[in-house]
Amino acid sequence: MKSLKFAAGLAFVATSVAAETPVLNVLTYDSFVSEWGPGPAIETGFEAECSCDLRFIPAGDGAALLARVQLEGARTDADVVLGLDTNLTAAARETGLFAPHGQAPELDLPVAFEDANFVPYDWGWFAFVHNRTLDAPKNFRDLAGSDLKIVIQDPRSSTPGLGLLMWVKAAYGDEAAQVWKDLADNIVTVTPGWSEAYGMFLEGEADMVLSYTTSPAYHLISEQDDSKTAAVFDEGNYMQVEVMGKLAASDQPELADRFMAYMLSDAAQAVLPTTNWMYPAHVPAEGLPKGFETLVQPTKSLLLGADEAEALRAPALEEWRAALAR
Amino acid sequence: MARRAGALIAAGLAALTLGPVAVVLAQAGRGGVGTADLAALRFTVTQAALSALASTACAVPLARALARRRFAGRRLMITALGAPFLLPVIVAVLGLLAVFGRAGLVNGGLRLLGLAPVSIFGLGGVVLAHIFLNMPLATRMLLQGWQAIPAERLRLAASLDFRPTDFWRHIEAPMLRDVLPGVLLAVFAICLTSFAVVLIVGGGPAATTVELAIYQAIRFEFDLPRAATLALMQVGTCGLAVALASFFTTPGGFGAGLDRQADLPAPGGWRQLIDFGAIGLAATFLALPIGAVVLRGVPGLASLPAGVWPGLLTSLLVALCTAPLAVSAALVLALARAHGARWLEPVAMLPMAGSQLVLGTGLFLLVFPFVAPPDMAVPVTILVTAVMALPFAYRILLPEARVLVADYGTLAESLGLCGWAALRLLILPRLRRPLGFALGLTAALAVGDLGVVALFAAEHGATLPLVISRLMAAYRMEAAAAASLLLVIAAFGVFWICDRWGRAGAEL
Repeated sequence: MKSLKFAAGLAFVATSVAAETPVLNVLTYDSFVSEWGPGPAIETGFEAECSCDLRFIPAGDGAALLARVQLEGARTDADVVLGLDTNLTAAARETGLFAPHGQAPELDLPVAFEDANFVPYDWGWFAFVHNRTLDAPKNFRDLAGSDLKIVIQDPRSSTPGLGLLMWVKAAYGDEAAQVWKDLADNIVTVTPGWSEAYGMFLEGEADMVLSYTTSPAYHLISEQDDSKTAAVFDEGNYMQVEVMGKLAASDQPELADRFMAYMLSDAAQAVLPTTNWMYPAHVPAEGLPKGFETLVQPTKSLLLGADEAEALRAPALEEWRAALAR
Repeated sequence: MARRAGALIAAGLAALTLGPVAVVLAQAGRGGVGTADLAALRFTVTQAALSALASTACAVPLARALARRRFAGRRLMITALGAPFLLPVIVAVLGLLAVFGRAGLVNGGLRLLGLAPVSIFGLGGVVLAHIFLNMPLATRMLLQGWQAIPAERLRLAASLDFRPTDFWRHIEAPMLRDVLPGVLLAVFAICLTSFAVVLIVGGGPAATTVELAIYQAIRFEFDLPRAATLALMQVGTCGLAVALASFFTTPGGFGAGLDRQADLPAPGGWRQLIDFGAIGLAATFLALPIGAVVLRGVPGLASLPAGVWPGLLTSLLVALCTAPLAVSAALVLALARAHGARWLEPVAMLPMAGSQLVLGTGLFLLVFPFVAPPDMAVPVTILVTAVMALPFAYRILLPEARVLVADYGTLAESLGLCGWAALRLLILPRLRRPLGFALGLTAALAVGDLGVVALFAAEHGATLPLVISRLMAAYRMEAAAAASLLLVIAAFGVFWICDRWGRAGAEL
């Protein structure tokens, strides 16, 4: 009887401890959470020091993420949203759901980055990935003049697709429509997402695919295959900066701050290059993983400001559609 | 009784398909559709209509040949006809590209002959892909029609010395007028909401479908009323198609038979040549891409990542719950419709034209205030997949349910046969074959469905299609190909088990 009381007491203590463990909900894109993404290592690392329960809520891809935040609105359980890119942050800020991050992160981005609501955790250059044997074009005009075939993603359903739209716009401004018209006969097809396009490229359906300069690192490091490389364009390569932000409605604002700080720590940043296959926003003390030094480095980095990107999106999309809908 | 239950289920179905659309429509947003959307609608309808006509046109000679010829491997081929329909979209597309793509077999052959390569991308490619995906389904549905011709009519035809043309005019044509509109309608509705295939093979924004416009409206513009309006346009189009199809459907009126076995007449000469030509062509057309899928998947099978197995288990669990739910509801609807409830027809077909994304979003909005969406992942998946699969089951069951009611309805009524007794003594034995086919198809669809899962996904407990998309997003294309092969084997396995149960004792 006594031992039963003891056990009951113990159970009570145990449940109250469990109840006191704060939970931090992080809404992110699906591939971040998967066992091949950064999620599991980040979860283990952060939980070891926060005495909290870190839970990821997967929500499709980057574009779906913003829709999800808007669907849930202020009632959301999420504390942090991780995985938007700068083409979406203006729309995200517009919702009024995000709180200022109040941090002064030390960043290693090739361009200056300033945003009161969002902190970058990794970034990459968009680039056309191709086989090393290919004599790659030097810019979009070169590409349009060649008979090379490319696969791209649809800017209406995919964030890399939207990135390409901004890339052409940032590089060519008012001439973007003409560039798209000239590119039309090079585009084999437009896929809904990154995976389909990359898969088709690997199957030999195109000479080049829109991806990142860091994509060849996957093949090199995970498959010991150095046959892939990416093209540096002399008008510059557009960047994708992936950011995270704290929701104003969070019931764990301090924990959210700690998580965002942790994401920029050496421990977390060292995980990203070989799981997300992007550059870390802050290069960890031990440097980049071996193999990353072989990657091509664009000499010029393009990135539109969040507001500019938001303002350009609709007209650029219309230009794109009109030029390609032959 | 059947009609009351049918009305109840129809009401539930309408609420489940239209309720979420209404919820989405009621959200704040600009709404309204533009000229680009109308262009998208025009393209969507065009490609769906062409795809439906082409798939069915190919299916008729194939189904007829399979119905009247006997050859080694016939059973296998009929079973295997289920396969293309069950492939995840990107897997099917990559399989097709392995044959018709730039680096594919066809262009390899052309290059050897010194001829210019052909491109699959464009409207022609979209139709080709849809033929690959839907012609087998259409064939199976038509085959049921040939199979349902009572042996007594065949004997009568034989004793009247029918020539093949007479047989066509008096037996086959009336049967097709009964079955064909429904088959056309089913394929049309599937192609109406097909979005990834159309975009990938369509080759660019000229191939924009309404479903893609819905994606854009929800994900980048967050204009929910616009998405709902577009979804309603899609439903409206399907509604028109349903009306057209039922206008053209005329009952075959063969009367009841005694279930004797009799073979269809199999004329020789050039007709035999054409039949085997159709079978050979179809077998090659379907087997090559599937072979490519298998070949791509095999190398990675030995080193499948551990996360694949729980995914497979979840998917099988979903299938196990979905199939009986969808098929029993479809059976009630089909019987009620056969008893004369004409208005059931559009309701039963509704989910087929529904936008998965709008449905998922609406359910999300409905569920979210009360429970955390990830906790609802499995129940919502089961429910939505069942709703989405129901029209297929309904289409498969309806023709034979009609025959059942026409032939045995009066007798059953005069005997007071109803409820469980009717189910056990009349319905199950008479409808066993289509029931098995419908069960197999819905179960396999549930295994392969990505659908709304993504919106409700939890950190753990992903279904197999979600695991595959995660593998692809992580560059692991070989593992994804192997997992896809596993998915195909699993989907095909459940299909085969159910279909075999249905066909046991029936020569098909």
